[in-house]
Formats: sequence, C-alpha cells, structure tokens
Amino acid sequence: MRYLPLNNNDRKAMLDVVGVASVDDLFVDVPKSAIIDGLIDVPTHKTEAEVDAYLTAMAAKSRAAGAGPFFIGGGAYRHHIPATVDHLIQRSEFLTAYTPYQPEISQGTLQVLFEFQTQVAQLTGMEVANASMYDGSTACAEAALMACRVVRKRSKVKIASGLHPHYTATTENQCRLQGITLDIADCAPGKDAEILDGLDKDVAAIIVQSPNVFGEILDLEPYAEAAHAVGALLIAVFTEPVAFGAIKSPGEMGADIVVGEGQSIGVGLNFGGPYVGLFACKQKLVRQMPGRVCGETVDANGERGYVLTLSTREQHIRREKATSNICTNSGLCTVAFSIHMTLLGEAGLRKLAMINHEKACILTDKLTAIDGVELVTDTFFNEFTLRLPKNASDVVGDMVEQGVLGGLHASRLMDDQDDLLIVCATETNTDADMDAFVLALEGALS
Amino acid sequence: MSMNTQGRQTSPDAVTGFGHKTISGNRGLAQAEKLIFEIGTPRRSGVDFPALKGVKSRLGGLERTAEIGLPGLTEPETMRHYVRLSQKNYAIDMGVYPLGSCTMKHNPRLNEKVARLPGFADVHPLQPRGTVQGALELMGELSDWICTLTGMPAVALSPKAGAHGELCGMMAIRAAHDAKGDDHKRRVLVPESAHGTNPATAVQCGFTIDSIPANNRGRVDMDALKAKLGDDVAGIMLTNPNTCGLFESDIIEIADLIHGVGGYFYCDGANFTALVGRVRPGDLGIDAMHLNLHKTFSTPHGGGGPGSGPTVLSDALAPFAPVPYVVKEQDKWKLVEEIDGTDSFGRMTAFHGQMGMFVRALSYMLSHGADGLKQATEDAVLNANYVQASLSEDMSPAFGGICMHEALFNDDFLKGTGVETLDFAKAMIDEGYHPMTMYFPLVVKGAMLIEPTESESKAELDRFIDVMRGLAKRAKSGDADYFKAAPIYAPLRRLDETRAARKPVLRWRKEPPA
Ligand SMILES: Cc1ncc(COP(=O)(O)O)c(C=O)c1O
Repeated sequence: MRYLPLNNNDRKAMLDVVGVASVDDLFVDVPKSAIIDGLIDVPTHKTEAEVDAYLTAMAAKSRAAGAGPFFIGGGAYRHHIPATVDHLIQRSEFLTAYTPYQPEISQGTLQVLFEFQTQVAQLTGMEVANASMYDGSTACAEAALMACRVVRKRSKVKIASGLHPHYTATTENQCRLQGITLDIADCAPGKDAEILDGLDKDVAAIIVQSPNVFGEILDLEPYAEAAHAVGALLIAVFTEPVAFGAIKSPGEMGADIVVGEGQSIGVGLNFGGPYVGLFACKQKLVRQMPGRVCGETVDANGERGYVLTLSTREQHIRREKATSNICTNSGLCTVAFSIHMTLLGEAGLRKLAMINHEKACILTDKLTAIDGVELVTDTFFNEFTLRLPKNASDVVGDMVEQGVLGGLHASRLMDDQDDLLIVCATETNTDADMDAFVLALEGALS
Repeated sequence: MSMNTQGRQTSPDAVTGFGHKTISGNRGLAQAEKLIFEIGTPRRSGVDFPALKGVKSRLGGLERTAEIGLPGLTEPETMRHYVRLSQKNYAIDMGVYPLGSCTMKHNPRLNEKVARLPGFADVHPLQPRGTVQGALELMGELSDWICTLTGMPAVALSPKAGAHGELCGMMAIRAAHDAKGDDHKRRVLVPESAHGTNPATAVQCGFTIDSIPANNRGRVDMDALKAKLGDDVAGIMLTNPNTCGLFESDIIEIADLIHGVGGYFYCDGANFTALVGRVRPGDLGIDAMHLNLHKTFSTPHGGGGPGSGPTVLSDALAPFAPVPYVVKEQDKWKLVEEIDGTDSFGRMTAFHGQMGMFVRALSYMLSHGADGLKQATEDAVLNANYVQASLSEDMSPAFGGICMHEALFNDDFLKGTGVETLDFAKAMIDEGYHPMTMYFPLVVKGAMLIEPTESESKAELDRFIDVMRGLAKRAKSGDADYFKAAPIYAPLRRLDETRAARKPVLRWRKEPPA
C-alpha cells in the first residue's frame, strides 16, 4: 500500500519490542463480539491511476459552472481566482500544518491570520475580526448568540425579510435550543424596513443583510440608529464580500457585529464547502467573540511575533462556559482569502467590484427588455431579482435544457415567491454568455 | 512566571540569546518578513482587469468613497511574501508531527488533484439537481462507505468539522427527546477527560453537564457512572478510543446503562483512526458519532481547517437528521432540502457540508480499500505502542499496558528536574520535531500525548525515540536551563502569551492605539 511505510519485517520487530505475538493482541481491550476478523465489506485497494480515473468519470457527470453561461448567486459566487492563490495554499507548510498551537514554529500561519483579521476588519469597516468561522451562515448564528451574551437579560432576536433563508434556518436552529426567541419576517423583497416596527427593549439584536438575498442594497444607518435607540445591536450580514469594494461598509453605517461569507475571495464554489465565515465586531465586544483570534506579541528576544490569544473564551480552556464550541475553523480558506485580497489590493478590489456592478447593470437592461420581465430590485450590486410572467422554477429548468444556468428561482430558497428569479453577474460572464442568457429566457417565456 | 488555566507557562523567562545580529534581520534561509500593510500599497495590484465601460451606478447612493485600507502587491511580491511566511511553519511533509488527538497523517496529493476536478470544485450548491449528478453521487458513495465502516444506518454530511458534528448529534438527541415530550431530560454525562468541544457543545444544545471521573486505568469509572444515572439523563458523550488513547472496554455496558435510563449515546469519533476496518462503532451500541475527515481520512488540516464532521446516526436518531441529504431514486440522485412532513431538526449550515473534503476522503478510502484501511489502522496502533514501549523506561507512561493509536505520558519523569512539559516540548522543536499534544487530557498531570500515525516509518520512529530518550536523560541530568531557553533554532524564541492576552493587539493599525 503506497501510503504505508512499514513492511512485515518492521512490524515483526516492533511487535517484539512491544512484547506481543501479533497485532491482534493490541486490540485486547475491544470486546470480542465487536472485533472484525477478515475484511470489512468494501472494495479492496486501488492504484492512484484507478482512483483518478474513477473519480474523474464521476466528476464528469456534473455540469461545471464554467462549462457554459452561468448566472447563479444566492450566497455563493463564481469569481476568477488567480492561479497564484491555489499554488500557494498547496505549499506543504500551509497545507499540512495543524492549528498554530506552537507559535515558534507556526509564524507563517499566524502572520497570515493577523493579516487576514486586519483585511476583514478593513473590508467590513469594523475594529476587529476573528480568524474565521465555518461559513457565513454559522457565523450569523454565532453572532446572534453573541449578541444575547453582550446585551444581558434579553433573549429576542429579530430577523429582517432579506436575510438568506438558509442563514435564518441555521440561526434559528442554534438559538432555539438556548431559549432565544427569534422573530422572523417572511422572506420577501422590499420589506426589510418592517423589522423596525415594534422594536422594543426585549430585543438583543436585529439581523439585516445587505446586499440582501434579492440583491437589494440597504442603507444600514437607520437600522443601526433604531437598534441602538432600544439598546440593541445591529448584526449586519453579507454573502458577497466583493460588494464592499463598491458600497459603504456596514461598519461605516453603524453595525456592531458584521458577519458573512468570504467564499467569493479566493475560495471557489466547491458545491457549498469548504467556505470561510467572516466575523468582525467592535473592539469592546471582543471578549464575547466566538472562535480563534490571533494577536501580536514579542518573543524572548523582543522580536515581534504572533500567537493565538484570548483563549479563555474558547472551549479548550473554558469548556462548558466557552463562547462557542468551535475548534477547527476554515484555516486554509482564510489563507486563500488573504492571498487573493493581497493580490487585488484596494485598487484591484474596487475595479473588480465595479466590473461586477457594470456586468449586472448591463444584464438587467438586456433581460428587462424582454416582454413581461420586470426588475424587482431598484438598487443592486452584482445580483438582482426579476419578476417573470411564468413560474421561475419551470423557466430555470427550461433554460438548463438550452445549456444556460440562468439564475436561481426564489422558490428554491423560500415560499410564496414562485415568479421571482434571482440573477447574478460577475466578471466571469462574457457578452456572449449574456446574449445566450437572453435568448434562453426569451425561449423559456415564449 | 505566569500560567494560563492549563498550567502552561505563558511568558518567557530571561534567556540568553544569540547576540549575532545581521544587518537585514534575515538569518540565511530564514527571511524576516514584514506585514503586507508595511510593504504593500493601495494602488499596487497583482490582478489585471479589462477597462470599465462606464455605466450609470445603481448602488443607491451608497458608494464607498472613503479609503478602505487594503494594501496590494504585484504577483512576484505576493509570491515571495507567502513563500517566506510558509517557511516559518512546521508541517507534516517536513517531519514527525505527533500531535495526539489530531491524527496528523500523510495527506495524499492525489486527493488534492481530484478535489479540484471541475465537476466537484466548480459546481454551485444551488445548481439545478439534474446538473450536479456527479457531485451528488460522490456524496452518496461517501455516505455508503461511512455507513459500512461504522456499521451505522445513516449519516449526516452537513457538519463542517468535528465540533459541528457534535452539535449535529446532540441536536438530534435533543430533537428525539423533545419529540417524546421528555423535556426533563437535560443532563448530559461527560467524562473529565473529554475534549473541550464536548461540554461546550452540550451546553449549546441547552443541556447541563455532569462530569464523570476516570478510574486508575484511564477509563470511565463505572461505579461513578452508575451513581450518576437517573431519569433526567439525556445521554452521554464519550470518546472512544478515549482521549487517553485507550479503548473504553466497558463500552457495551455503558451503552446499555444509558439506554436503560432512556438516554442516547453520543460517541466522539475523533479517534476513529484506531478502529477503521477492525471495529464498527455500530456494534458497540452508540447512537451518534462524528468522524473527523481531517483526521481519520487524511484531508489536510490546513493550519487549522477546514475540516469536515460527517455524523452517523442510529435508527432511533436518523429521522431527526439535518437537511439537506442525498437519496437515490431510480438511477437519479436527489437532494432533499425540505423539512416539511419530516422529523428533521432542520438545517445547520447554508449548504451541503464540506464537498471539497468529501472528495478527498473518498479518494483516500478508495485508495486504501478494505485491506489498506485495516492495515493503516493496525500500523497506527502498532506505531503508538512501539513508541510507548520504547519510551516506557525513560519517560513515564500515564497508564501502561497496551494503548490504541496514541501513547500518553505524564510528567512524573520530570519530577524534581525543574523541567516542565512545556519546556520539554520546546526542546523538541530544536530537535526538528513538532511537539506532541501537551496538557491534554486534563486528567493526567503534565500530559504528553503522542500520536505517530501509520504514516511514520520504523526508521523515522527510531530516530524520534532516540531523541526523546536523549531529552529525558538530559532533563534528569539537571540541565534545566537548556530546556528553559528552548527553542533556540526556531524562527522565533518563546512568545509572550500573557502580554498578547492582557493588551490584545488583534490587527495592524497605521498608528498604534493610544
Ligand atoms: C477528541 C476530540 N473531539 C473533538 C474534536 C473537535 O474536532 P474539530 O476540531 O474538527 O471541531 C477534537 C479535535 O480537535 C478532538 O481531538
């Protein structure tokens, strides 16, 4: 077996040192009834070439996003990732290291985390960020829990109508078991502001997404003001970090905690995972923050270095009193995010964002020129929502037949919005892709 | 000297340095590297874009006008920055990484290759199901392998890591009790030796924790366990093999006892690497168990993640499994996302779990097959026992006897030397090794948990053993200063953790805060 360095002579010699006759004697503590003699019922080993061929054939049964016109967003976005990113994250020293618990021989990972935390803080307009959560949805759930720790004696969280429904579901599931009440608005476009009705002093936090799941951009300032007026926190959520190269950050508009999905930068679609949850907040809240965080210090010679810090919040020290149970986080995806962000830089990020916005503007004009197709979202970044004169799910299916992955029917995510189609355009879409989309939609609607 | 709650020294004592300062701050191959914020500028970029067309903005007047504060680098500068940083890390590919409980086995590169196939990597989680049949098939096939290897009827693929898998299992247990109206069942038994994620998870699910002590053999104290049983017990969270690296030999009786009071058995499967192909947890009476694909099935740890924590469930808990999950209907793979009309406790993440890790893990399973998996397990257990036996005279095994995949030592052999576990670990760094897990499990004083994995050759282990013996002898010879000064040959000397925590500096700033 190509991965196993021991041979039978080694094994024999080692068993002698241990002082047992056979390897079976090493399993003496296992109840006899539970020992498997012989082989378990799965196929035997395969060569590298065989596995490669087998999985390549399996992969070919999926239609890759890049194989044709592709316009799906809804919480995961297809962007071009520079080749440098994937090369660097495959370096052994990043790929095959564990969590940097021994800082003297983990400064590579630690410095990248410190840079990552700063990049996330700058991008979101917040003071501090942690070293990542699993993804945007679990970051959102953790933010709700954190808000209820910060705003003592309150256990109600309100969710606006534009939060991604999968984020809502994830958050609700985690909060419910801890006795936190969620007040969840039905998911619908143009109704986020209704969250401000009846905001009272029971509320620990309001959760608002911008750009929201329909693509609408919200001015978060009135939300922050209203929340703060009743002593509650504003948790701002995003799923498309590239947007912050074009629109004001939630921090600039008064958010207390900002959480979202970082997948767009450096990570790729991956059929939903691994992704990277971004988590940022105000400095004064940091001791209630979940997850790992890296901080600056000095070594015994006074040289600057980095360590994981504030671990008295975490499960390995605090156990049942920890702020979260998270241990392994998104590690290598934070490295990918950070490298991609460094390659972009501020100028590159702004340009990337404007190209995305332009593509979306051009595509909206083309699609709304089709009879009966109406734009639902007046403001948007790279994702927008259309109302179709037909069931959107049927239309999506029809377009697949024409080779076009033409957006996301809202009914995949929510009830009662059967005629809404959520469409995303990024820098990866060409003019030809857009023309194919227009033709396919016309075809599906005719 | 200050300590954190694990009893680790957190600030360096006065030590003698090298004194040999270079002009550049570099030390030969070890290059000093500043932060991107100190070397990059906002205008520089390593990505080229086409020109903008200049359309009218529809951003609703919310344009970002103020400076964002993100430095950029060109591609060659970026390459150097990260390559230099990478060289300050230790890694499995460099040497023995015997971090107990973390299973730092070799990460095959075939797995990296297949995970990047466009049909797995470049597919969107919300693509129409008909266009992602290959991806769904992979999830289905992985599920079959996992169910067969564990002997369990169902698996939830959603969990994003081990701790998330614990959450999945404990949420299913909570849902099962809630479904029966058993809202008095809120106490969860957790051995003192458990990983911190276990108690943290139980509390996140609205349970209270009741600790059970270990006996002098490092296993659950059965009398203590029996004394804690009662009608309010929701279940137990037990790691097997446990965090001392020992098989819980009474496990079947424990399962019966827990079931006897109407509770469920959550097994922490972080150490499944010791059992694959030889023992099926399903034969031991468990109800739920997460696997760490990033341990047992070799998906890379990546400096702290991402992981993947598929969670197997018994017939009693399977109906409560989270969405989404895959099912095969007449040659077509379906992804079930709806919970209406089911007992599913719902959704625990936005999408379908860690697809990238699923591909790598299945590639590992296919490569090994039934014979290779069994051999890998046996080699992992043999390597650990070889290390334990070889070091039993110079160091002090915590329990002795046969261990499973990891060998646990206490700090008795350092008594009176002035050298502590932390110092010993730092001296290993100078020898070119990553230290073992220290001060975990908490039930063993000054614990040193060594997990060699099946990836080490005998020759490599022999060198490691020689070094460990040499260090133990040196400690006993009274040379404590040597250990207190370590590491000398790492990119940095010991770091001041107390300072980092007291005045946290968690980000770069242009001006240091007043
Ligand atoms: C025994 C044990 N349980 C649970 C976990 C948590 O797993 P993860 O880090 O993947 O969340 C770990 C690993 O860190 C572990 O060693």
